[in-house]
Amino acid sequence: MKKNITWKILLIVGTLLIFLWGIFLGTDPAASIQAIKEKGLIAGIQQNIHLGLDLKGGTHLILQVKVNDAVKSDSQQVAERLKDYLRNANINYTDVTIEDSENHPELISLKGIAPESTGDLRNIVTERLSDYNLTSGANNTFTLTMKPQTLTALKQNAVTQAIETIRNRIDQLGVSEPVIQEHGLGEYQILVQLPGVDDPARVKDIMQSTAMLEIRQAIDNGTPYPSEQAALQAHNGVLPPDTEILKGRVERRDSNGESNDAYYILTKSSAVSGRDLRDARPGQNQTGQPSVNFNLTRDGGNRFYSFTSAHVNDYLAVVLDGKVREVASIREPIRDTGEISGGMNEQQSKDLAMILRSGALPAGIKYLQESTVGPSLGADSIRQGVRAAIYGMLAVMIFMFVYYRFAGINANLGLFLNLVILLGFLGFTGATLTLPGIAGLILTVGMGVDSNVLIFERIREELRNGKTPPSAVEQGFGHAWLTIIDTHVTTIVSAAILFLFGTGPVKGFAVTLTFGLLANLFTAVFVSRVIFDSILNRHQRGEALSI
Amino acid sequence: MELFRNPNIDFLGKKWIFLGLSLVLSVGGLLSILFWHHIPLGVDFSGGTIVRVKFTTPPNADAIRADMDKAGLKNARIQPYGQASNNEVLIALEQKETSEQALDQGKNTIIKALSGNAPEGKQDLNNVGYATLQQYLMSKDPLHAGTDAELRYGQLARAIVDFRDKTKDGVLSSVNDIASVVPPAVLQSFQADFHTSNFGIRNVDIIGPTVGKQLQKQAVLATLYSLLGMLIYLWFRFELIYGVAAVVACFHDTLITVGMFSLLNVEISLTVIAAILTLVGYSMNDTIVVFDRIRENLKLLRRESLTEIVNKSINQTLSRTVLTSGLTFLTVLSLYIFGGEVLHGFSLALVIGILIGTYSSIFIAAPMLVAYQESRVRKGAKVATLPAERSKDKVKVKA
Repeated sequence: MKKNITWKILLIVGTLLIFLWGIFLGTDPAASIQAIKEKGLIAGIQQNIHLGLDLKGGTHLILQVKVNDAVKSDSQQVAERLKDYLRNANINYTDVTIEDSENHPELISLKGIAPESTGDLRNIVTERLSDYNLTSGANNTFTLTMKPQTLTALKQNAVTQAIETIRNRIDQLGVSEPVIQEHGLGEYQILVQLPGVDDPARVKDIMQSTAMLEIRQAIDNGTPYPSEQAALQAHNGVLPPDTEILKGRVERRDSNGESNDAYYILTKSSAVSGRDLRDARPGQNQTGQPSVNFNLTRDGGNRFYSFTSAHVNDYLAVVLDGKVREVASIREPIRDTGEISGGMNEQQSKDLAMILRSGALPAGIKYLQESTVGPSLGADSIRQGVRAAIYGMLAVMIFMFVYYRFAGINANLGLFLNLVILLGFLGFTGATLTLPGIAGLILTVGMGVDSNVLIFERIREELRNGKTPPSAVEQGFGHAWLTIIDTHVTTIVSAAILFLFGTGPVKGFAVTLTFGLLANLFTAVFVSRVIFDSILNRHQRGEALSI
Repeated sequence: MELFRNPNIDFLGKKWIFLGLSLVLSVGGLLSILFWHHIPLGVDFSGGTIVRVKFTTPPNADAIRADMDKAGLKNARIQPYGQASNNEVLIALEQKETSEQALDQGKNTIIKALSGNAPEGKQDLNNVGYATLQQYLMSKDPLHAGTDAELRYGQLARAIVDFRDKTKDGVLSSVNDIASVVPPAVLQSFQADFHTSNFGIRNVDIIGPTVGKQLQKQAVLATLYSLLGMLIYLWFRFELIYGVAAVVACFHDTLITVGMFSLLNVEISLTVIAAILTLVGYSMNDTIVVFDRIRENLKLLRRESLTEIVNKSINQTLSRTVLTSGLTFLTVLSLYIFGGEVLHGFSLALVIGILIGTYSSIFIAAPMLVAYQESRVRKGAKVATLPAERSKDKVKVKA
């Protein structure tokens, strides 16, 4: 009884060719061929199989967006709007504040509303502030609470926006193939991977700068005070309405050469902000100091013109990230240009211009994790990983040949094909190969051969029970099939969980293990069976099977 | 060649010996976890700073400690790393010296402390990055490069960094080393503005407290989910009791593996957890193969007692179990020996786990099935056999 296996052999050869294509040519054959011609075979393969940071060197950062910042600034705007509405509706109030702006910026509390105005207040909130719920407390106080879905959306939006901004900035730095994506399970974290960056200090500064630019009016002719108390005392302990004290970024040096902090009194509201910027460029000011020159949008320019027209001979302050960068007098109305200078070198002015161009971060960020792998370490790891893989594979192959003779060769062919499919898969999908990923490759070899052993042992058993070779092969594959499915499913389940929970290198491990085992189903069951069948087709009746 | 020809070992008869061995191992590990080394957490989980430094000459741990003490890092842990000929040292700081306000403060202090007697006003060529070099070259412009300065100095900076990191393995012994990769004018400029310290940073890991805690939680959750996933799958494919037995065996493997790490005082890192999760899946393999055979035999050998059937099933699959575990063990051993220091914990977990996993599917999982059945008989249940294969799982065999 001969089986027709021609189409099966064609299928196997086809698969082999497709995945070899994946390894050597990948999804962009022209680039791979060019790389192979110019830099050799290894470079060509690296064009398709992407190495993880742990293998090629680079920096891996996890940062967290302080989403409460975004909520706070939103609430502050709403509080201002609410005051306007109340004023327009002639409702008296004593205070509208965000009491716990650190932990609960989504709560706005209202005090001193007359009982007869409660209905009007409710109408205002339902009609104009539909994102908030109004609850009343003791002594005519009310609390506006941001609706949960609005809050969630706002926070999520802050993360998305932060990712965009950071991507803009990193793109301008010319880092190749950076990874910037949301990370973790709802903790507002962002994963940033920067291949080839071995000294992350500057990149980190650039990413972290919120770049909140504001131009406000400086009270007291921009006088710097040595401390907050001094600033307060200048006004007899009570600040003018709608003003606040901000610290200066540039340290003042007194005659002894000791640096002192400077504090300024500024209006709370800003004339223009970073959102009104059209462009920012590094340059030099009149004294030759590095500076950043910026242009405003048409709308922003109009507002700046009316502000400066109204305040000729007053002082304005450029505030960056909540710190006063510069204070200058307004000599004439300005429409759409401005300059920030002082306290920076050429590189810093370039960086600042770039950061301003890329837009402000919606909220501050902090770094949670930083790891840097030097390129020499990566190269070592590749060498050791590949060596371990080759030795492990050789040991398995030699054992299989010695123990199962011909059938061992069959299994070894399967193993080889298994690896080709796995690597080709990595080439096609652009999945990343990490050091644990190489370990996953080695494990795939060890675990993949498990299926062969299961089948071969079963065939031997059937042969011992007196079955003919064709029927023993049939029974062996038939019985082992379900067991093989079971064993693969359990390993893939744990790999899938690893994929969900893991980061970077561990994820790479889960990927290679999963796809190695999936490919193994094809090679150990289908390919190995076809090889057996082709042998059995040539077999004489009664001849023993080499197993 | 065959290792086992019709083995007939009474595994269940000796179960107390094996259970006793398991008990000793688990209790030993547990005691170490509770009272001795606890669970030695790697920096991934405990948080903190680890800097791996390569020196040009064999490092002197006492001198390094003195440098750290001087810089105020009293609790720095200093240990040699990898082979002695690599001249490498790990310097680790605890969590409390790693604040999220300035995550890399510890790292910077270490680098500053190590480069204690650097010449004034010179940069350290062993510890500058590509970007800094490019910037330096562009500001000095030793080649008067003109319009393509950025590109040209970029390539030059890359060449220097590659030479240092790939050809010289991370550290240069003198600025003159780079003579072979840069034009003389550039070398001159470097001689004036750079020096070489006796060390280079190979990698840095800084984990803030938030991430550490989060990873701890995730690692525990992942392990539990994975065990739960196995339980559900086995419940679906066999019966609940099979699932319970297999998961208990797996848990036993996990416990002993973690216990061994505690006994040996080897740090458990993220990749070790990955290895443990893989073991959960792998250890399940052997168990399933034995269970599959038990189920098959329950149908074929209806007259024999469960103990006999289980014994027979273990013996029938023994050759396969030993072979596959042996082969996987070979690959893992190769990983342990040749895979390098970075994968050391990972491959150690696999080496331990595969041994324990194989053992537990034979000596823990199968006896549990029998024990469960016997207790049901004692309670007066009529059916003394486990439910046989469901019809939907039937293997169709064409002769």
